[in-house]
Amino acid sequence: MADAEIIRLDARPIGSARRRPRCRATTSTGRPCRNSALPGSEYCRVHDSQTAKLRHPAHDADRSVQTSASADAPEGLETFVRRRLRGDYEVDDFGYDPHLARQVLLPLARPLYENYFRVKTLGIDRVPSVGPALLVGNHSGSIAIDAVMVSYAVATEHPQQRAVRNVAADLVFTLPFVGALARKMGTAVAAEEDADELLKRGELVGVYPEGYKGVGKGWRERYKLQRFGRGGFIETALRSRVPIIPVAIVGAEEAYPMIADAKFLARAIGAPYFPITPTFPLLGPLGLIPFPSKWIIEFGEPVPMDDYPEDAADDAMLVFDLADRIRDTIQQMLYRNLARRRGVFF
Amino acid sequence: MQKKRVLITGVSTFLGLRLAKRLENDDSIDHLVGVDLHEPPIPVDGMEFVRVDIRNPLIARVLEATKVDTLVHTNISSTPRRVGGRSQMKENNVIGTMQLLAAAQRAERIAKVITKSSTAVYGYGPREPSILAEDHAARQVDLTGYGKDCAEAEQYVRDFGRRRPDVDLTILRTQNVVGPTVRTSITQYLSLPVIPSALGFDPRLQFLHEEDAVDALYQAIASDDASGIFNIAADGIIYLSKAARLLGKVQIPILLPAAQATATLLRSLGRVDFPTDQLNLIVYGRVVSTDRAKQRLGFSPRFSSEDTLLDFKEHREGEPVPPSIDRPAWERELFEYLRGRQAAEKEKV
Repeated sequence: MADAEIIRLDARPIGSARRRPRCRATTSTGRPCRNSALPGSEYCRVHDSQTAKLRHPAHDADRSVQTSASADAPEGLETFVRRRLRGDYEVDDFGYDPHLARQVLLPLARPLYENYFRVKTLGIDRVPSVGPALLVGNHSGSIAIDAVMVSYAVATEHPQQRAVRNVAADLVFTLPFVGALARKMGTAVAAEEDADELLKRGELVGVYPEGYKGVGKGWRERYKLQRFGRGGFIETALRSRVPIIPVAIVGAEEAYPMIADAKFLARAIGAPYFPITPTFPLLGPLGLIPFPSKWIIEFGEPVPMDDYPEDAADDAMLVFDLADRIRDTIQQMLYRNLARRRGVFF
Repeated sequence: MQKKRVLITGVSTFLGLRLAKRLENDDSIDHLVGVDLHEPPIPVDGMEFVRVDIRNPLIARVLEATKVDTLVHTNISSTPRRVGGRSQMKENNVIGTMQLLAAAQRAERIAKVITKSSTAVYGYGPREPSILAEDHAARQVDLTGYGKDCAEAEQYVRDFGRRRPDVDLTILRTQNVVGPTVRTSITQYLSLPVIPSALGFDPRLQFLHEEDAVDALYQAIASDDASGIFNIAADGIIYLSKAARLLGKVQIPILLPAAQATATLLRSLGRVDFPTDQLNLIVYGRVVSTDRAKQRLGFSPRFSSEDTLLDFKEHREGEPVPPSIDRPAWERELFEYLRGRQAAEKEKV
C-alpha cells in the first residue's frame, strides 16, 4: 500500500539540485542582475529577450497583475521610493501589492531562504505555469514562516516566478502591521469565498489546512500531521475543479521548536497558543531568531480534481476521503525527505 | 414600451436630486414626482414637487393621486448632522422606510420599488471575506448606526415583497459615494488637511463615483430584470496610504485605542461628521463584488476607485475644509457643477 502511494522523485539527482546559475545581465542601475538564470539560458526571465516577449500577451489575458515585468525588475532605491510616493503601483482587489512584494518583501526573505535555512526545493516544475491550482502544505514552527518560504520558492525558482496567494486565519488581519503586511503580500482570508474568487482569477492558492493545530503543536509531535481542518480545501478544489499540489516542508519544525505552550498567557492575550521555545521568551527579542535548520520543500505530483461529478463537493464522505489521501501523501513525502536530510542542521 | 411614472423620495438630498436631473428630459418618463421636506435647490424641469414627510400617512394619498408606478427611495441618510442628530437620522431612515412601504402596499399601481441601501449592511471587519458578494450574510449583531439602519430598512423592503409579490423589488447597496460635489463623511475625512489613520492598519477602500451612482439608479429604473439585491461600487480598490499620497496629504497614524477619541474630537470641532460606527471602515476597509450588477443591470462604472479619488481631488483642489456642513454651500456647488456639465453637453451637441 505504502509503495503504491509513493510519488516519483524529482528527475534531477538530489545532489545537483542546487541554485541555478545567476543571470549574466546588468540591471538598469548598473549592478549585476541577481535573479537566477532560466534553464537553458544565461539570462533570467526579466533579461531573456525571448521570454520577455512571450510573457506579456499571456498575462494581459488573465486578470492577475502578479507578474508584470515592471513589478519585478529590480529597481534602485531612488526609483522605488519615487514610484511609491507618486502612487505609481497597482494593487488587486484583495490588496496584493506586487510592486512592494517583489521589490521589498521577497528580497528581505532571500537571505533567510538562501543562506540561513539553505532551502532545497524539489519538484518545482510540478507547479503549473499558468492557471489555477491549490498548494496544500504541512504547517509547523510556531509562526507561519513556512508559508513565506514556500511563497519565496515559487516566486523565484519557478520558471514563471508565480505569486502564491496564501489564505490565512482571520486572526492575522486583526493584528496591526502583521495584517496590513499580509494583505500586501497577497494573503487573503481563509474563507471559501476568498479561495473560490482567487482560483476563479487563475491564481495559485496556498492553504495550510492544519491551521493553528499545525503551527501550535509541541516538539514531540514534530512532522506528525494534525487533522486536516474540516476538509474545506477539498471542497474548494472540487468546486473550482483545480488540481491539488501537495507540498511537504521539512525544517520549519526545528526553526522554532515549541517545547511548551503557555496556555494561560495565550488566554490573556487572546492568542490560540503561546509558544515557549528554548530561547523564547527566555532571551527576549533575541529568542525570536530561528534556529538555522536545513530545509527541504518538495512539491508533489498534482492530484486532478476535475474527474469527479459536478456536485462532488457536497459528498461529505468523498471530501473526507480525499482529505485523508492528500494528508497521507504529504506525510509520506515528509518521511522521505526527513530520511534524506543528513541531520537537523545539514 | 410604456412610459413610466416615477416618484423619488429624498429629492432634495444629493443622490435624489441628481437622479431627478437625470430623468428630467428623459423620453421614457411620463411623469416625475419628487418628495422631500425641503424644496430642491435647483429647479427640475417638469417635476412635480410635493413637500411631505415620508413618515406622514399623507404619503399614501400622494402615491394614489400621482398614479406613479415606480418608487425610488433614496431617502436613507448616512450623515447624522445634516438631518439633525442620530436619533432623527434613525427616525428618517428606518421609520421613514417603514411608513413609505406601508403606503406603497396600498397603492395598486406600484409595480417597482427601488431602494438605495448601502454596503454598510455588511458591517466592517477583518473577519469577513475580502470581497463581499450580495448573498454574504452580514453579522447583524455587530451592526450599529448607519449599517443597522440600512439592514432594518432592507428588512422592511423584504417584508413588503412578501405582501406584494407582484412588485419588482430592487435594493442597491452603494459603496462610499465620492465625487466632485457630493458631501459625505468620507469626503470630509479625505478633505482634512492631514489624514488621521490607525497605526499599523492600511484599509482597502472602494469608492463609487457620484455619476456612476446616478447611472446605477437610472439603470435600475430602466431595466426589466432588476429585481434583487445589487452591490454598486467602482472597480478596483485603493489603499488609504496610497489615497493619502495621491491627495498629497500626510497621514497621521494614531494608536487604535485613541482613534475613537480622535474621531469624537474631530466631530465636536465640526470638522468631520464621522459617526463613530463608521470608524471601522478606515481601520479595516470594505470591498464588495459588483459582478451581479454588471451582468444583470448592465452596470459599468466609468470611474475606478482611483479615478474617483483623482476626480474628487481635481475638483476640490485648494478648497478649504468647510467649517460646518451648511446646506446652502453644497447646494450652490452642486448647482454650479451641474450648470457646467449642461453647458459642456450642449457644446458637444
